[in-house]
Amino acid sequence: MNAVSQAVAARPVADPLVAQETKSLLRFLTCGSVDDGKSTLIGRLLYDTKLVFEDQLAAVARDSRKFGTTGEEVDLALLLDGLEAEREQGITIDVAYRFFTTERRKFIVADTPGHEQYTRNMATGASTSDLAVILVDARVGLVTQTRRHAFLVSLLGIRHVVLAVNKIDLVDFSAEVFERIAGEFRAFTKDFGFESVEAVPVSARFGDNVCSRSTRTPWYDGPTLLEHLEAVEVRTHAAAAPFRMSVQWVNRPDLDFRGFSGTIASGRIRPGDAVVVAKSGTSARVARIVTWDGDLDEAEAGEAVTITLDREIDVSRGDVLADPRARPAVADRFAARLVWMAEEPLLPGRSYLIKCGTRTVAGSVMTIRAEIDVNSFVERPADTLALNAVARVEVALGEAIAFDPYAENRETGAFILIDRLTNATVAAGMIDHALRRATNVHAQALDVTREARAAQKGQRAKVVWFTGLSGSGKSTIANRVEAALHAQGRHTFLLDGDNIRHGLNKDLGFSDADRVENIRRVGEVARLMADAGLIVLVSFISPFRAERAMARETIGAGEFLEIFVDTPLEVCETRDVKGLYAKARAGAIPNFTGISSPYEPPEDPDLRLDTAATSLEAAAEAVVAAILGGGEDWSI
Amino acid sequence: MPVARHTHLKALEAESIRILREVAAEFRNPVMLYSVGKDSAVMLHLAMKAFHPSKPPFPLLHVDTGWKFREMIAFRDATARRLGLELLVHVNEDGVKAGISPFTHGSATHTHVMKTEGLKQALTKYGFDAAFGGARRDEEKSRAKERIFSFRTASHGWDPKTQRPELWNLWNARVAPGESIRAFPLSNWTELDIWQYIAAEEIPIVPLYFAAERPVVERGGMLIMADDDRLELRPDERIETRLVRFRTLGCWPLTGAIESEATTLPDILREMLIARTSERQGRLIDHDDSGSMEKKKREGYF
Repeated sequence: MNAVSQAVAARPVADPLVAQETKSLLRFLTCGSVDDGKSTLIGRLLYDTKLVFEDQLAAVARDSRKFGTTGEEVDLALLLDGLEAEREQGITIDVAYRFFTTERRKFIVADTPGHEQYTRNMATGASTSDLAVILVDARVGLVTQTRRHAFLVSLLGIRHVVLAVNKIDLVDFSAEVFERIAGEFRAFTKDFGFESVEAVPVSARFGDNVCSRSTRTPWYDGPTLLEHLEAVEVRTHAAAAPFRMSVQWVNRPDLDFRGFSGTIASGRIRPGDAVVVAKSGTSARVARIVTWDGDLDEAEAGEAVTITLDREIDVSRGDVLADPRARPAVADRFAARLVWMAEEPLLPGRSYLIKCGTRTVAGSVMTIRAEIDVNSFVERPADTLALNAVARVEVALGEAIAFDPYAENRETGAFILIDRLTNATVAAGMIDHALRRATNVHAQALDVTREARAAQKGQRAKVVWFTGLSGSGKSTIANRVEAALHAQGRHTFLLDGDNIRHGLNKDLGFSDADRVENIRRVGEVARLMADAGLIVLVSFISPFRAERAMARETIGAGEFLEIFVDTPLEVCETRDVKGLYAKARAGAIPNFTGISSPYEPPEDPDLRLDTAATSLEAAAEAVVAAILGGGEDWSI
Repeated sequence: MPVARHTHLKALEAESIRILREVAAEFRNPVMLYSVGKDSAVMLHLAMKAFHPSKPPFPLLHVDTGWKFREMIAFRDATARRLGLELLVHVNEDGVKAGISPFTHGSATHTHVMKTEGLKQALTKYGFDAAFGGARRDEEKSRAKERIFSFRTASHGWDPKTQRPELWNLWNARVAPGESIRAFPLSNWTELDIWQYIAAEEIPIVPLYFAAERPVVERGGMLIMADDDRLELRPDERIETRLVRFRTLGCWPLTGAIESEATTLPDILREMLIARTSERQGRLIDHDDSGSMEKKKREGYF
């Protein structure tokens, strides 16, 4: 238990009240696998900077006997693993945050595992880091994983990298091995946009060149890992960039005070400076910079403040206040790089929520330009993206937002994608640039409205969306409903799945991605017809909740009725009017809904038709009643 | 003297303020869990800063187990009065009726019923959809991976698999009806940061953190303070007066004092920097085995 007695060899204690006055903060990321000795390296940093306490060490000593891989020695890696299940597997599978401090700096370490399937975790850890420590095993040198780590670090905009060549003791402290690995790394990352690359030969297990200089590498005259981490200047150029602040919260304690609270994303601001609301273009001057500690003469990137303006202009949460001389882009389409983080694949055209700064809007990935192989950096075409995929994409939003390219501003150029149904965070995005199409295509306001066109026909525009399995009776009921409405003098149109697939959508197949696009197009056509004042009946299997929700949103909740034709699979299969189920069962039709492709029934439809218990006539009547009898005035 | 610009404490402060504002802006009905300790004191101070000149737009909630130090209760009430904030106090009445006590039922049952269940009752009763807590990632191994916005199911359960990745400062605040989050503004603070900040910002804290002559009994290797007459002495035990203080505060029968001469904040800081045990060492509930905190969390412990 030699290690234990070393651990408590206390460092000299400076006056802690003086020390905090000058100490800065560095957030960094460690990349590497258990095999590279990453956990051991972090354990070593915590241990040598005396951030490991006796009771924790005692727990580790206990655990070392149970789980350890170092025989009689205390396994420093065990200081780190958190969740029980992971520890039993012997690998870490999430991002863990560690802390240590020296007299010069406080460090926040994002500890992420290196395995390929955990690109997601690395992106998460890198997003808040200013520096990355990439580990390699001196015995093996650069491996595929090293390339991936360097690429992802660069993708997430980290500009400072340390290459820790670990286990240098196992190659006899060879200068030659170290120089070769360092040289190869510098060569292949030369186009990655790194401002500093520092290579350090270390032995995490024995502490060489981690916190103290090793006598066993006399040929190495660079800094120890800790010396470098303490000294490296990573202050991003954020304070020198143009002013940006996303308004987080409108501060209104009383009628006399109206302030805009937020964290300054970039630049600096003083009272008297002009600011513009990026999206509306209205401007004002800063009156005060208010904080609990008193008004400030100046504030800069990273500071949380409340700004008041010299005149009343329309500002709310989600708006970006910006330097009027250097404004952010305002657009509803942009090109971006995306890291897909969900088990469910990305489906182009599906509607997600996009959070950028403090604004959340609806949007979708319209096009996957290319998926990027994180190991070879080769680009290839893709229809969908799976967990941990990285791609270049085009994004379209429901409304324009203000943003900057991520390369210029990590705060205003980043976004996340949220699944509308599960609320899961499914992707991280980095904006490259606005798309020109977006900036030149403006919505044209029409004088004659949907309501006016419908009123001329003596009706209200509606979209009645029938969803259900193939053979459930959707089209039969929809036909009957249209006949009844027509007989009453209503102006209607029926969009039928099979018919549309012969024309408008004949280029689409039955993959999940194509099904999403199928419904998106039909939703848009239904909207145009509703805008023309019609009662539109849509009869489509439309298996996914997300696309039906999108259609409801496209059309407007007040004019949308979801009818669930609820016929059990067994009944549909027994009927098998078109003989499709038999073929599907025989394997002749891939991706058949209910058999080899999922159907997500509505959770809260406007009307559910139980066709087993309801006659065709009764079902049609119920739908007609739902369309006409919504408590609305049909006499106009 | 307030914290200087461009320092690590100012950076931590700014991050915490951002979290506090984001929750206030995104959630319908947030609440701040106020446990009266030093971390709660810092969190509350940060909330006063975040919304200034407004008051924090949420109430404070204290889940009172009935076994808190008397000085904590007095300090709690005085703090709410001083800052003019709404304070909700919840006691698990079922637990009181059942006569749950840390002495007769043990630390695990007492904590589960009076703290964990009490907390769930209060969150359900008021329909809070976000609750701020003062937990820090450096406190315990299983907390190192905790999110800043920690997602909870409708039954207040925590499942490591449903936690969302957190990128940049873009926290995902979407929850379905009945679901909620716990938000941890102090995630990236360490115990040392907390003390340095308290000293720099002159934040009032419960006097129990400072060394004083107190009546204690030695039990199971810990010094337990006799805070009221509910402490029943075992045959070989006796109450003695010793110069002690507390590094963390909770239920007095479960919180160990340490012998210390630190009567000022600089004393405490100096003591910390040469400390050889972590602060949770004084808590009985963490001792069972090293995975026990994770089990408690799954059950809804903070």
